Amino acid sequence: MTALGKLFRTTAFKLSLAYFLVFAVSASLVMGWVAWNMRRVMNDQLAATIEAEIKGLAELPGPGGIRRIVDIIDRRARQPGASLYLITNFVGQPIAGNIVALPPDALREPGLRETTYERLGDTDVERRALARVLILPGGFRLLVGRDLEDREAISALVGRALVTSLFWLAIIGAFGGLFVARRVLRRVDAMNASAQTIMQGNLAQRLPVGRSNDELDRLADNLNAMLERIQELMVGLREVSDNIAHDLKTPLTRLRNRAEEALRTASAPQEYRAALEKMIEESDQLIAIFNALLMIARLEAGSETAPVKTFDLSLAVRDVVDLYEPLAEDAGVKLIIDECADCLVNASRELMGQAIANLIDNALKYGARAGEGAPAEVRVSVRRINDVVEVEVADRGPGIPPEDRDRVLGRFVRLEGSRSQPGSGLGLSLAAAVARLHNGSLRLEDNAPGLRAIITTPAATGEATQKQMDQ
Amino acid sequence: MKTMRLLIIEDDREAAAYLVKAFREAGHVADHAADGLDGYSRATDGGYDVLIVDRMLPKMDGLSLIGGLREQKVETPVLILSALGQVDDRVKGLRAGGDDYLAKPYAFSELLARVEALARRKNGSGSAPTMLRVGDLELDRLSHKLTRAGRDIPLQPREYRLLEYLMRHAGQVVTRTMLLENVWDYHFDPQTNVIDVHISRLRGKIDKGFDSPLLHTIRGAGYMIRDSAR
Repeated sequence: MTALGKLFRTTAFKLSLAYFLVFAVSASLVMGWVAWNMRRVMNDQLAATIEAEIKGLAELPGPGGIRRIVDIIDRRARQPGASLYLITNFVGQPIAGNIVALPPDALREPGLRETTYERLGDTDVERRALARVLILPGGFRLLVGRDLEDREAISALVGRALVTSLFWLAIIGAFGGLFVARRVLRRVDAMNASAQTIMQGNLAQRLPVGRSNDELDRLADNLNAMLERIQELMVGLREVSDNIAHDLKTPLTRLRNRAEEALRTASAPQEYRAALEKMIEESDQLIAIFNALLMIARLEAGSETAPVKTFDLSLAVRDVVDLYEPLAEDAGVKLIIDECADCLVNASRELMGQAIANLIDNALKYGARAGEGAPAEVRVSVRRINDVVEVEVADRGPGIPPEDRDRVLGRFVRLEGSRSQPGSGLGLSLAAAVARLHNGSLRLEDNAPGLRAIITTPAATGEATQKQMDQ
Repeated sequence: MKTMRLLIIEDDREAAAYLVKAFREAGHVADHAADGLDGYSRATDGGYDVLIVDRMLPKMDGLSLIGGLREQKVETPVLILSALGQVDDRVKGLRAGGDDYLAKPYAFSELLARVEALARRKNGSGSAPTMLRVGDLELDRLSHKLTRAGRDIPLQPREYRLLEYLMRHAGQVVTRTMLLENVWDYHFDPQTNVIDVHISRLRGKIDKGFDSPLLHTIRGAGYMIRDSAR
């Protein structure tokens, strides 16, 4: 592409050209309108002057009137800057006046018109005039007119002004347009350049943002925010995959060791069988961990799109409690539920159920060993506090020391003393991820003695509730 | 369980060969189609009791295949196998016309139990009878009354639903996840095996004090209710 072709293709050029055309057309229109009006006003004035003069002449009274008119015209025609006069007799011979030549039939019809003429003492120059012809009694014709030189001069002046101003407009417009467009385009080019670097893998790079807070700055701001989010997700993804790789290696190693050990030491078929069954069990455990990890990762990335509906969280909690009731009874733990009358939420029943099941599971596992003299009970309360619905699972076990409470929400964190219990160390992280996905939170508090795990989620708004009821 | 004719539509040949062999050992006949189009044409020819369809297939993906079959009024029950195993994936699969969903990796016993349940549903046309009977155990689905050998046994609502599901699948293996899905409507794996406790409680009610047990544990698979006297 040639340099010129490139210029034509730039947005800057197109914009300047478009603006120039718009300005040129509107300027021409305005000046043309002004000129036309000026001409009209001047014509009106001239016509009025002529009219007044001719009226004065025609009204001269009675016999000998023509003679008096001729006298007056003769006198007036000699004055400097006089109007144009001509009076002819019935055969068309001039009797008096300051006009020497006229187009042949200029005097034939009475009325006001524009015509050409030659002036006395200034022959051979054709001029233009606005003139009125009046037919007097006796076949005499009277012409009174005014020269149009002034009017033509002004028209010419306006025309020249228009051309000159268009010329300057073009120059100023072109430069101004180029200047403005280049300023804008330079910023767009800068953004493009940054985008290129970012695409080449430098995700930490950001687009340049000016200080004017105009559209371009806001665009750059938004794109930067988008890049920020992308980078966050990338980092999160990398962390998750690192963790998964690390955390799955341990059980995989165990699985492998078991197979090796069976090959080395087992001799009877039933020993092999036992080893194989054990290995399937461990594989299942591994699959469960893998699924839980994947689930947490997806929840945290916000890519899990479980179906959401409006439901009574109190009823959902009752279902989970119902599921764990026999287990609690076998463990000698009293599982109590405090229900809530007004706890509609907009959530995934499946995910919330799983989160609450994890909390109850934990409470039964670790809270069943009653503290000093406290009764072994797990109390599940559902309540609404303003716009938030809370589910609290409180046990009477040893609890978690305050300094460890944040830590146990992380993946695979298992406190000393809990390792003897089966479990992956993912239950609380999953519950926390579910809560976050629902714009809620999971917090751990002291139950003196014991632990209170509280999962919160926003209450369903009246609108959503209504919608559900309409269905 | 009478012999089932199954069609496995799965592009991984090794996995498919394993399934064909395992189903044969379980006494069923299993065919294999390696891509979506082949599977679709074989499935339309009919004659199968259950289709086992992988979610991601060459030439025609699993969900389109199922949608196409349902449009052709082929109502053979379909079990979807998927490596994805997420909540929304299962919902999509069932919405497309699948009847059951199992995420990979799975235990074969789980797959077998589910496929048998689907085949039973297909052959046992219409709704279940109002009176379910296994041996001398009788469950009235209208009054929710349970008797064994004429003796009344009181049931909690949840126990009723658990027993009803088991009795509707009498003579079939029912896995823990099937119970969790169908009785509790949960699709996750509880960390502790809560189902076992529910079963043992139910067993205490219906088998305790009677000579022949009806509710059996099938090792490595799940549970089955059946009249062992016969």
